[in-house]
Amino acid sequence: MQGGMKETKIVTKDLTLYYGEKMALNFVSIEIPENQVTAFIGPSGCGKSTFLRTLNRMNDLIPSVRIEGKVLIDGLDIYDRKVDVVNLRKKIGMVFQKSNPFAKSVFDNIAYGPRINGIRDKKRLEEIVVTSLQRAAIWDEVKDRMNHSALGLSGGQQQRLCIARSLAVNPEIILMDEPASALDPISTGKIEELIFALKENFTIVIVTHNMQQAARVSDHTAFFYLGELIEYGKTRKIFTTPDHKQTEEYITGRFG
Amino acid sequence: MSRRNNITGAVVVGASAFSAIAIIAIIIVILVVIVIGGKDRMTWEFITAFPENGMTEGGIFPAIYGTALMVIIMSVAAVPFGTITALYLTEYTSEKSIFAQTIRFAVRTLATVPSIIFGLFGLGFFIKFVGGEMDSVFLGGQLKWGQPNILWASLTMSLLTLPVVIVSVEEAIRTVPRELLEASLALGATKWQTIRKVVIPGSISGILTGTILAISRGAGEVAPILFTGAAYYLATLPTSLSDQFMNLGYHIYIMSTQSADVDGTMPIQFATTLVLLLLTFLLNFIAILIRARIRRKAIV
Repeated sequence: MQGGMKETKIVTKDLTLYYGEKMALNFVSIEIPENQVTAFIGPSGCGKSTFLRTLNRMNDLIPSVRIEGKVLIDGLDIYDRKVDVVNLRKKIGMVFQKSNPFAKSVFDNIAYGPRINGIRDKKRLEEIVVTSLQRAAIWDEVKDRMNHSALGLSGGQQQRLCIARSLAVNPEIILMDEPASALDPISTGKIEELIFALKENFTIVIVTHNMQQAARVSDHTAFFYLGELIEYGKTRKIFTTPDHKQTEEYITGRFG
Repeated sequence: MSRRNNITGAVVVGASAFSAIAIIAIIIVILVVIVIGGKDRMTWEFITAFPENGMTEGGIFPAIYGTALMVIIMSVAAVPFGTITALYLTEYTSEKSIFAQTIRFAVRTLATVPSIIFGLFGLGFFIKFVGGEMDSVFLGGQLKWGQPNILWASLTMSLLTLPVVIVSVEEAIRTVPRELLEASLALGATKWQTIRKVVIPGSISGILTGTILAISRGAGEVAPILFTGAAYYLATLPTSLSDQFMNLGYHIYIMSTQSADVDGTMPIQFATTLVLLLLTFLLNFIAILIRARIRRKAIV
């Protein structure tokens, strides 16, 4: 690897994705480093969210999607026939654009993942729930309302709860699809701080519309346009001296 | 122009108000006629005693009991079956697949089949075919299941109410946000775990709505049970699934058409109708209570 880069966690090779006949991703090849934050930026419809969702095979849910090329995580092809997609997703947490807590208590939301993994011991569950909430920096706000509905929390709290929920299954990678786009600046700040703290233990990939956010939280940035990966490199370089004209135009706000 | 619009508006408002009032009036007239006609016979004895003296005296307890029991067996059959079908249609097939469209077409068709056809189907399929085969295989031809009974009547009724259950459960499942399914799957839950822990709890009130509608429909229908299990008169309550049963709707029918003294038993007919209405309301009310309770639990 190049100087300063950590181990590579995720590799895609000529990843191409079709929605029916329409090509949505066009030969995307990228190497995403471990324990760093990688941001995907680009205008709406450029394929960045679609690409993110190929990394934990969430696109499998859409019948018309067809995928060519390879996605390797820790060197393993995740689209290989032998791969159990359920086990794969246990390794990869996902945080969505719209916070989506279950209509259950705070405790049951966090315990959802551990429970489906067969953890029944009450003490052990409590331990996981508390640790996950602490790691997501929301423990202090919810510790007195563990048995209340998660739907009673504010938008920002719900989103951090969803992050805590994904941490509870102990993933290695966390995918975030515009996690702060529906939040106010203060909640956004909290999420960004959290991302910064989490990268010590997790490989984080974040899709964002907000270029300042990409610049603030990420180590590497990938710019997508019309289904193609136009440019990928260290965030500082992308935001100061991009190689491609399109990248420059986008980050300076000339289109998008 | 604007004057014309005003007139049109007034006509529309008038017509819709009239229709609304007409509907209320019809319901009130029905209820008042039934209550007035039956109130004198509505005694504790009437709802707890057996019919006496060729059903011109006594009570209608066996018919109440039989109706309630049939509705319960019907729900036990129709609700899980309908829920599973709805789950299959929403979660396991693509909407456009030929198979899914065939199922949907079948469900719609089933909903329009006249209820007497269900009765004939029940007679042919459950009694003659299933029951008859059961008798010849397990009982060496001795007649037990190959004749009308409460099980076959309830199953026949469950076929009639199945479309209602399927449609309301399907609608409820569609209101469960897709984001929640994705959240569950992204946590490494299998599809079945997701259905069990997210989809079904999220659509439980729709499942209960389907149950309510099915009960209301099933409690009042007579045609499907005419040949499949309802009895004119029984001296004992059904104690086994292979027993026949008395039924309120059927009781009203025979009292008003087959009775020796139709005019003389008029108060009994009205009172029986009143009981049938009250029973339907009561069953509905219980289901609504359960639904409200589940909803409250989900939100708090």
